[in-house]
Amino acid sequence: MTNVLQVHDLHFSYHGGISALRGVSFEMCAGDKVALVGPNGAGKSTLMLHLNGILNGHGAVIVGGQRLTRDNLPVIRAMVGLVFQNPDDQLFSPTVFEDVAFGPLHMGLSMEQVESRVQSALEAVRMSGFRDRLSHHLSVGEKKRIAIATVLSMDPQILVLDEPSAGLDPRARRALINLLRELPITMLVSTHDMNLVEELFPRTIVMDEGQIVADGKTKEILDDEKLLTAHGLEKP
Amino acid sequence: MHFDAFDRYHESESFIHRLDPRVKVAVTVAFILSNALLPDGAWIAFGFSWLFLLLANLLSNLGVAFTFKRSLIALPFALIAITVLFSIPGKPLTTFHFLMWDLTITDMGLLRFVSILIRSWLSVQMAILLVATARFPDIIHALEHLRVPSILTTIIAFLYRYLFVLADEVFRLLRARESRSAAAPGQKAGRSILWRAGIAGHMAGQLFLRSYERSDRVYNAMLARGYTGHFETINPHELHRLDYLTTALALIAILLLQLVGRL
Repeated sequence: MTNVLQVHDLHFSYHGGISALRGVSFEMCAGDKVALVGPNGAGKSTLMLHLNGILNGHGAVIVGGQRLTRDNLPVIRAMVGLVFQNPDDQLFSPTVFEDVAFGPLHMGLSMEQVESRVQSALEAVRMSGFRDRLSHHLSVGEKKRIAIATVLSMDPQILVLDEPSAGLDPRARRALINLLRELPITMLVSTHDMNLVEELFPRTIVMDEGQIVADGKTKEILDDEKLLTAHGLEKP
Repeated sequence: MHFDAFDRYHESESFIHRLDPRVKVAVTVAFILSNALLPDGAWIAFGFSWLFLLLANLLSNLGVAFTFKRSLIALPFALIAITVLFSIPGKPLTTFHFLMWDLTITDMGLLRFVSILIRSWLSVQMAILLVATARFPDIIHALEHLRVPSILTTIIAFLYRYLFVLADEVFRLLRARESRSAAAPGQKAGRSILWRAGIAGHMAGQLFLRSYERSDRVYNAMLARGYTGHFETINPHELHRLDYLTTALALIAILLLQLVGRL
């Protein structure tokens, strides 16, 4: 299997000098579905913002064999689809169509290509009927799906989701889980939802205080109660 | 991540910091008014105004040059006055050609322009000192005590409160756009400037829409807690003898400035 994502010895501090990442290294193969868990402030979101170069720390982020630099940033951003936790941050256009079309349009694709990309992205998240709706009038669950569609339309190699199930009612959560299961794409998902982790992800990475403290089979990690309590997690 | 570029209060222990905010607001307004009323070319009075400002700086314990360092930011706004150079009748000094006009700078025009620059420069510095030595809620409170209509003080207070929220929102929208500003390998990305301007327009519209909806929610939350039109406060602002004395001295000094300027 080829590595689609390699992160090597990543360090990062925010302006205040708080060390958010302290030497993070891991790899992901094509087709991997990996959960990223850990308490608030562990550095999960910070790590995710590094994967498409929104933040730049010390160390290496290698996507599809290319090391992320200032020059290939736009190309990397097409390869890494980052979905923010709050869909209101993600959606900045008046209509669903315009938001999903933003990525492909920015990439300079032709109108026919954009049209078909939007079509298939909306189909993938089962929201085909919503293309002309106003984004800010959707429910949270609908917004989350559209937010995922906005990056699927760029045809990314890896999907990076920040707490996708937070704030969803049971039905919307179930729909989202089914959606994530069916999407045939490499994904890294940060979450506090341990049931989701158990159900969906064969592999889990545990982060705490800016470091990876465990990386392995989800079942083994969830069985290690000492590890879970040490890092403020609970067995589902 | 938080946006705190607007917070200009400088914590310190000084005579000015300890003054009641009402005194600071009143003296600042009087000082600005006085600057505006001084006649063109009242150089000596301008000089004394500047000394008054330096004294205030000194008493604030922030350093004599504190406001000077921050005052340059407001200078571009004073350039609006540049038209007076050409529009006041007087003895012509020099003429130059600009696009399709012949512009003549007159001595009276120059005199007024420099006077306006000095006035605005002095006034801005005193305002900078005010916000550096009084916390924003205290300034609002002082305005209320000084009989500024509560609708105005409430608007200012909310503007200040939600400016940060709004700036955070802008920051997150920009980050989301950046995150999806992608390129296909070997292809020019970003389309036309017109398209990008359209996107920016959409984002501004979204921001307005969200602020509008947020204001509804905030207002409902206020009503839910019994809001009736003004804020009650338990802030124990009291005027002491020193406050009265300082106000009196400062106002006398400003009156003297006016006398000097008109002699």
